[in-house]
Amino acid sequence: MAEKSRAVLSGVHFMNGDVASAEGAIAAGCRFFAGYPITPATEVAERMAQRMPEVGGVCIQMEDELGSMAAVIGASYAGVKAMTATSGPGFSLMQENIGLAAMTETPCVIVNVMRGGPSSGQPTMAGQQDVMQAKWGAHGDYEIIALVPSSVQEMFDLTIEAFNLSETYRVPVIVLADEVVGHMSERIVIPTPDKIRVINRKKPQVSPEEYLPFKPDEDLVPPMACFGEGYRFYATGLTHDEMGRPRTSSPKAQQRIVQRICDKIRKNADKIIMTKETMLEDAEIVVVAYGITARSALSAVRKAREMGIKAGLFRLVTLWPFPDRLIWKVAEQAHSILVPEMNCGQIVREVERVAKKTPVIFLPKLGGEPHRPAEILEAIRRT
Amino acid sequence: MPLRIWRKPLDADKVKLPRAEIHIIKDRCKGCGFCIELCPRDVLEFSEELNERGAHPPKVTDESRCALCSFCQAVCPDFAIFTVEKDCAGGC
Amino acid sequence: MSEELVHPLEGYLRRWMIPHIWCEGCGNGIILNCFITALNELKLDPNKVVVVSGIGCIGRISGYTNTDSYHTTHGRAIAFATGVKLAKPELKVVVISGDGDLFAIGGNHFIHAARRNLDIPVICANNFNYGMTGGQYGPTTPLDAWTTTTPHGNVEHPFNLVHLAAASGAVYVARWTTLHVRRLTESIKRALQKEGFSFIEVITPCPELYGRYNKMRTGVDMMNWFKQASEIQHYSDPAKAEITPEKILVGEFIDMEKPSYGRLLREMVAQAQRKMGEGNR
Repeated sequence: MAEKSRAVLSGVHFMNGDVASAEGAIAAGCRFFAGYPITPATEVAERMAQRMPEVGGVCIQMEDELGSMAAVIGASYAGVKAMTATSGPGFSLMQENIGLAAMTETPCVIVNVMRGGPSSGQPTMAGQQDVMQAKWGAHGDYEIIALVPSSVQEMFDLTIEAFNLSETYRVPVIVLADEVVGHMSERIVIPTPDKIRVINRKKPQVSPEEYLPFKPDEDLVPPMACFGEGYRFYATGLTHDEMGRPRTSSPKAQQRIVQRICDKIRKNADKIIMTKETMLEDAEIVVVAYGITARSALSAVRKAREMGIKAGLFRLVTLWPFPDRLIWKVAEQAHSILVPEMNCGQIVREVERVAKKTPVIFLPKLGGEPHRPAEILEAIRRT
Repeated sequence: MPLRIWRKPLDADKVKLPRAEIHIIKDRCKGCGFCIELCPRDVLEFSEELNERGAHPPKVTDESRCALCSFCQAVCPDFAIFTVEKDCAGGC
Repeated sequence: MSEELVHPLEGYLRRWMIPHIWCEGCGNGIILNCFITALNELKLDPNKVVVVSGIGCIGRISGYTNTDSYHTTHGRAIAFATGVKLAKPELKVVVISGDGDLFAIGGNHFIHAARRNLDIPVICANNFNYGMTGGQYGPTTPLDAWTTTTPHGNVEHPFNLVHLAAASGAVYVARWTTLHVRRLTESIKRALQKEGFSFIEVITPCPELYGRYNKMRTGVDMMNWFKQASEIQHYSDPAKAEITPEKILVGEFIDMEKPSYGRLLREMVAQAQRKMGEGNR
């Protein structure tokens, strides 16, 4: 069989970010992709259209993003790991069904390659304007997990991590790339399959008669039966109890389900949160950054250190749940925190919320171009 | 020759029509009246009694008239009525 | 009767969800009855049947069938079913939803699934309004009808659903009313076994709302309208089958063969894998 038939393309590659994300998904066991073309995420769909038939999966270009997200949930409930990829305008369209995925505890991955917004905005330029939407986009109270890659390697690695987290917690996980990370090409190393950790959803250990589809284990996550396995369960987006029965008039049932789907992530946050600290030990000025901005920030922090400034970088890899405790520790230690973002102020609000007394300086850059290291360095020097 | 029509089939004595038992799950009935209205042999009518839901379930007027078409069973939205073929081995 | 009364189709109902929420005289229960009768007569393995429904009164049907069931967001049942069917083609995936859910908000998904000739039967309970929310007008509400959002009379032409389905590419198109229980069951059986996209429109009474608002106060009144106005005509031109107060054309409109999405997909995948085996791109 030719090389391409292998699901995991082990080796060294020079690869585009979107393509790397698709390959990461395939390596994680994704065998269903439903999407809609949208700049700058189209390459994910194109790669999937090529690769899915090769690895025995299914790729379908749906008629719109609402259908894409619905199909992803359907495939996941049928027992197949499923993913979609989009950008801002499509992400907005997917929100209702992301809420459905959260409410019916569906493992799935949504890649949002962020571009300039709002509305049609700047299809071919970068942005970080969707980061709050990733958490609060659908109506109602729920929690999702969002990961932010800063490199093509991370597009690969974090997409695998996204699948693992979605299967572990039965939750939609969003990979929040930005157009630069999505469209740039870098050297990446794809390990051999035995070196890749793949996690699958918990299956029920009881018979169909005893199975309660939404009864959680100790970790607050219910084992998941899938269609066709003989469990004949009922899943609905309405407020439901452990049996799956709609309990729309029961305050207790509503309180229980909403609290649990939030606690599922909040109480397990320590196991979910990933961050990367650079030169933080004695840092007085800490730059908190994510995505492509963190690359420029790293460069700036290194330069600052050369100039004798005690700067450090706290890179967010998990954006949601937000690493409250870790940021609080940073705030305790630092004299000031600098938050560069490619938006009008989103994550900076979270940092301010947690940092309280420590001055937080916001360094926005609108326009679609990432911060240059010199701009961040200048801001560091001015504090 | 004038046309003579035999109304009773010539083998009427040999062919046995199916005999039915009509079962009504009274508390499921919502009193919609479909079974009563649509029974081709007018075997059902509204009863005087009220069930758990406050509806008048049907009652059988003459079970011997039932031809086991089972239309009532097929058209009931609430699964409140069904027919069973009576075992007539010992005579009905 | 002193013995336990058990309805012959009891095993197909999800015990703890019965009784259902539908009104007295509503036809949705009849659709449920015909559907599970069809499952029973075909002896399909209920463990391999997935019922997907949308939002609306008929949308609750997936809760009542003793099968794997999913109740989606409004309008997205067909898209969800697409995912299920493509991920696990061996499952029998059925969409049962309402006229508003399938053709207003869900219209786009309907026409594309039909165009693709996806292997799923879609059963539409057409009660001419949005019942669950109190009787608003929808894409099938007749002209001049009174509904809560057309209090001065409906000024929109309704869809001719069988025409829409046929034009979108469905390989099996039928229309029945809840009066035609036997023929509806037969059509459901046909649709469940047919390769490709099947569509059955079921005209169903909504006496509490649409009926009451339009001078047909009971289920029996509405069924009498069906009895009076229905005319069975197989294989007539669906374009000429608009529903009017005087005429509801019922029957099978289309029953043809066309390669389904599943079949074409399998052929494509087999070819792609063959090409890789030969070292070609």
